[in-house]
Amino acid sequence: MATPRHYLDFERPIADLEAKIEELSKLSEATEPQVDGSGSFDAEIDALRKRVEAVRADTYANLDAWRKVQVARHPERPHFVDYIDGLITDWQELKGDRAFGDDQALIGGMGRFRGRPVMVIGNEKGRDTASRIKHNFGMGRPEGYRKAVRLMDLADRFGLPVLSFVDTAGAFPGKEGEERGQGEAIARSTERGLTLGVPMIATITGEGGSGGALAIAAANKVLILEHSTYSVISPEPGSAILFRDRAQAPHMANAMKISPEDLLRFGVVDGIISEPPGGAHSDPASTILAVGDTVEEELDKLIKLSPDQLRAQRAERFYAIGTVGQ
Amino acid sequence: MTARDTPAPPAETPASTPVADKAAAGAADKASKPKSGWLSRLRPGLKQQASPRAQETPDDLWLKDPDTGELLYRPDLEAALWVTPSGHHMRLTPDQRFSITFDAGAFERIQAPSTKDDPLGFRDQKPYPHRLKAARETSGEVDAMSIAFGKIAGRNAVVLVQNFGFLGGSLGQAAGQGFIAATREAVRRDCPLVVFTASGGARMQEGTLSLMQMARATLAIQELKAVGLPYIVVLTDPTTGGVTASYAMLGDVQFAEPGALIAFTGPRVIEQTIRETLPPGFQRAEYLEDKGVVDRVTPRRDLAAALGNVIGILMDGRARIRAA
Repeated sequence: MATPRHYLDFERPIADLEAKIEELSKLSEATEPQVDGSGSFDAEIDALRKRVEAVRADTYANLDAWRKVQVARHPERPHFVDYIDGLITDWQELKGDRAFGDDQALIGGMGRFRGRPVMVIGNEKGRDTASRIKHNFGMGRPEGYRKAVRLMDLADRFGLPVLSFVDTAGAFPGKEGEERGQGEAIARSTERGLTLGVPMIATITGEGGSGGALAIAAANKVLILEHSTYSVISPEPGSAILFRDRAQAPHMANAMKISPEDLLRFGVVDGIISEPPGGAHSDPASTILAVGDTVEEELDKLIKLSPDQLRAQRAERFYAIGTVGQ
Repeated sequence: MTARDTPAPPAETPASTPVADKAAAGAADKASKPKSGWLSRLRPGLKQQASPRAQETPDDLWLKDPDTGELLYRPDLEAALWVTPSGHHMRLTPDQRFSITFDAGAFERIQAPSTKDDPLGFRDQKPYPHRLKAARETSGEVDAMSIAFGKIAGRNAVVLVQNFGFLGGSLGQAAGQGFIAATREAVRRDCPLVVFTASGGARMQEGTLSLMQMARATLAIQELKAVGLPYIVVLTDPTTGGVTASYAMLGDVQFAEPGALIAFTGPRVIEQTIRETLPPGFQRAEYLEDKGVVDRVTPRRDLAAALGNVIGILMDGRARIRAA
């Protein structure tokens, strides 16, 4: 298993243990082992490795919503481009909204998912400074949402199921976007998802940030990775508004009940996909595979429904959410 | 304001607007007014929506123009449909809106089904149920959506008013349910739905459940579309946040009241993000009309007639399709 080099604040005990292991390993290499076994630290290293795995598993089994926010934003977490690489063959990217430009914060295209022809759309945040700028940190602009509408239109005409992968802090709060109808673009994208006559499955793989996320998540099934969140506002600005203090973000995250377990209880999401013990970033390949398996399972069921049945199921799904607790 | 036989203004006028020099003070007020989001505008908004009981007190016979600071006589303002001499379109209560929209001010209120309060058990500086209780007492309304049925220019219409005076017109489960109820009432009565939007956005105290109302309202609009009924939006001050990213922007026709702030992200947040000053009038109705985001900025005095006209044309067109 690849050891993540970027540690989150709450991973301090894990980082300390792994530093100790590394130190002992170096010492072990530098020391000539004696016949009686002294001078070797293998036993200590083994014990420490077991301990670090236990601590990691325990920590990740008990993450509160705020810690899940941290994991969802982890820089080494698998991104949209990784899901495309791992799950889609014959990938053909389709760019542009045919009216203004292309938005690389929201990527889309056609391809095959385990043999089936599909349309795929998703948020890409970028990995390093250059790609983060290119992808605008995953924050969409109107032309991105209008591209999504265009691709959903195309999918509908050719009977292609739509698979979306959500990972965005939200739509981009910019001057030009507002002038080009950011709100309208998001609303139309949401509307298009809700009216599709083909199956749509949304998977929240990191941050599900507000309207910018909903725009590509108005689906028949909404799945979420175990350490992802889906919220109406990011905890920091939310706490700035309600508590007049950004430092209350952890409290805000927990109060908004944005962890997958709560979202499942409310009917906001339909299923939780488990992550490896140390989070998706500790084992991207197995995470991507698990996502693919769950999406395939859901698609197998939805593919049998007629366009009218799909629209009816989607309406029923979203109308049911408002009746929570009544 | 012209001189006439009206009660004198209250003796103690606010220090910032001495009557003798109110024009200058008003100008100063306007100049120093920050370009800001809905939060800082909440206070004047709430003042305008004083409870009916408070309206009977003599002090309330005088109101201040939010733009110029000029003192205005309430009965005059009411006769001017709550538009000040400077053209400022003041925020309205649902009943005020219904009265000036429906023919002869006649309408029938429709109750939205109730939803569970406080689904998350949310508490910020105050418990959310306390905020709800206070808003209900002040407004006399159950939540931020008020529905009525009546005639506009002789045509049946269901009108939905989003009430900024109720927790900033925020969109939560009750408001979402109100929106759905209004669309279904329109379908049941086979008439158009006219929605007056005003909102600070999602009701954060209801978390992701408030976000879901954007999708639910969008679904409800499809029920109108399915039977070919018009869905008409009038954007009023302020319409922001998630509401702008859903039903507020999905109208078959989009009217806006003059001067209304219409934004997905408010100007303050944008300024903080891009660190530059925004152009004058940015995100105001006229600016957005110029950018092609709304069909027409329409003064309040012309709005009922414009709605009636559009409803007439669309419903006559629909009747021809149906007859064919």
